[in-house]
Amino acid sequence: MTHHHIFVCGGIGCRSMESEQLRKNLQREIIVRGLSDEVQVVSTGCFGFCEKGPLVKISPDNTFYVQVSPNDAAEIIQEHIINKQKVDRLLYIHPETKKRVTEAKDMDFYKRQYRIALRNCGNIDPDNIEEYIARDGYTALAKCLTELSPAEVIGTIKKSGLRGRGGGGFPTGLKWEITKSANSIQKYVVCNADEGDPGAFMDRSILEGDPHSVIEAMAICGYCIGADKGLVYIRAEYPLAIKRLKRALQQADDTGLLGKNILGTDFNFEIELRYGAGAFVCGEETALIHSMEGCRGEPTFKPPFPSTEGYLGQPTNVNNVETFANIPVIINKGAEWFSAIGTEKSKGTKVFALAGKINNVGLIEVPMGTTLREIIYDIGGGIKDGKKFKAVQTGGPSGGCLSEKFLDTPIDYDNLIAAGSMMGSGGMIVLDEDDCMVSIAKFYLTFTLEESCGKCAPCRIGNKRLHEILDRITQGLGTEEDLIRLKSLSNVIKDTSLCGLGQTSPNPILSTMANFYSEYEAHVKQKKCPSKQCKDLISFSILTDNCTGCTLCFRNCPVEAISGEKGKVHNIDQDKCIKCGICFSKCKYEAILVE
Amino acid sequence: MKKLTSVADLKELKQQSSLASNSKDAPSSQQPIVIKVAMATCGIASGAKATYDYFVQELERQKIKATVCQTGCMSYCYAEPTVEITLAGEEPVVFGFVNSAKAQEIIDKYIIQHQLIDGIIPASYKTV
Repeated sequence: MTHHHIFVCGGIGCRSMESEQLRKNLQREIIVRGLSDEVQVVSTGCFGFCEKGPLVKISPDNTFYVQVSPNDAAEIIQEHIINKQKVDRLLYIHPETKKRVTEAKDMDFYKRQYRIALRNCGNIDPDNIEEYIARDGYTALAKCLTELSPAEVIGTIKKSGLRGRGGGGFPTGLKWEITKSANSIQKYVVCNADEGDPGAFMDRSILEGDPHSVIEAMAICGYCIGADKGLVYIRAEYPLAIKRLKRALQQADDTGLLGKNILGTDFNFEIELRYGAGAFVCGEETALIHSMEGCRGEPTFKPPFPSTEGYLGQPTNVNNVETFANIPVIINKGAEWFSAIGTEKSKGTKVFALAGKINNVGLIEVPMGTTLREIIYDIGGGIKDGKKFKAVQTGGPSGGCLSEKFLDTPIDYDNLIAAGSMMGSGGMIVLDEDDCMVSIAKFYLTFTLEESCGKCAPCRIGNKRLHEILDRITQGLGTEEDLIRLKSLSNVIKDTSLCGLGQTSPNPILSTMANFYSEYEAHVKQKKCPSKQCKDLISFSILTDNCTGCTLCFRNCPVEAISGEKGKVHNIDQDKCIKCGICFSKCKYEAILVE
Repeated sequence: MKKLTSVADLKELKQQSSLASNSKDAPSSQQPIVIKVAMATCGIASGAKATYDYFVQELERQKIKATVCQTGCMSYCYAEPTVEITLAGEEPVVFGFVNSAKAQEIIDKYIIQHQLIDGIIPASYKTV
């Protein structure tokens, strides 16, 4: 019977530091000592603590060893397993106490993530309301309806420090208070589930994995502000989230947790779904409201804010999915508990969708104040294929690209703005040495240009002009005047656009110019793309010393731009070459030069 | 489904749900094995539905009593399809890249013989 398991991290970071050899050595030591029946070595995926790899965890005692080398195998087996003595020098030294972590109960230090909004995702069946209820579901609503006044609930939310998770970061409690104090017999609670940022899927995951958390929170909000109707504006591109939300709403209705006289009180609340039609701008709250009213999704001036004059002219509280997902826990565990997590002005946790050139792509939830370095190199497992980190893009098309010097920035609303980016809804894209920052800026601008509603001239015309300039630059036709104009026009658009889309659309340009100006200069002055991505600025040619004439490139070229006989050096016709890069990826002799 | 008309009703339902034989958090002697398959959009796109079906069919064929259910995103998106298995009295274990072949290996080695296999995804988060 196996008494001990030795888990060896097989994540890419640890593997690059010989964790596979460590595993083999441990295996060998176990066999040699005749312990095969009692000890088993298991290779695992990434622990998310790559900074201290290679990592080894031993159960059942839960001991965690860091920076373990293959040569440590014999000592671990002899001392830890046979002599039952921990190998002190391999234990983690806690940076605050400066002491080695020896107790099993303290062994959670490597778990950087703390799931509050995602607490039920991956744990319960979202199609079964009873599983939500088994995990304290709807107890927060019950507490509000029977023990607390609306003012008391709002007080708790204000004290918790919760700020809007959709990107604006407006204090949630304050928004509820303003909507509560607006005078009207009909008010509305709206959940913004449009999630338009490319690469963001935090809200989708919450709706697919724990839809009741949002339903419960919307009902609590309705109780606080005096609304009996809720609306979820959800993008039509999320069919599974819609399906699960519909089923959850039906079950809540069947159970009496929505509808009339909820839990025997005189509080009524019902929720309808409304579907987005693919417009990014409808994530902006006034455009969203107009879309729900059946009008074209165009933003309107604020003030008046939706809290006083929103849907159908009535006071409307609009909150993001993730903001709502935090509410039931704050009610149950208290404002003090929530505000103890995070930084001074950004409380709680934030869910990020980590994507791009990173090993562990996925959804993460971390306390505010976690640094970018911890997210990228620990939780994220480092850069894919061993490439060099170049930048991290946060905040989607409204955000900016942060370079290496910002890696130790603790993430919160204010720090990211100060760094030239923003939190946004939580999209986080990692870029490496092969990414061209000018192309990245152009990519985001292409997106916002297409999504612009066209109502105001700065966004409609200004962004088009910015795009034309970037296009010229990436084709090698840019001038120094273009660089000056890019910056000044960006600032004008920021200052004069009607809504958040236009006001933030130049951010990718401004942040890449601030942090990667040399790339812009190379495109304009030398007509070169340093990352070799801009097709008009690179050329593919054959290195005659390396070419063996194997004909692999010739056979794979989609436009027949390569010629040559078998066994003889080949040639690429520059006029026909479309720079697709297929020859480069196929060549086994490193005979294709890209410059 | 019975309509809840008071807080007491809610508390009672919570009590019953926590102790239910198909409760995921406390496997009872009647359903000693709980298998959760992450089935958010990304999981399904990676083949989680096929994994789910495979577990259901194979466990039925081998007459192994288990609850197989869907959940939302477990957040290990780089390792989909992911599956969490809880054996009676054991901590939950998450496996990644679970296609049909891996599912078979999990059934043969972990579920039947209680022997761990390579490719476990360590829990990298704490949950409230």
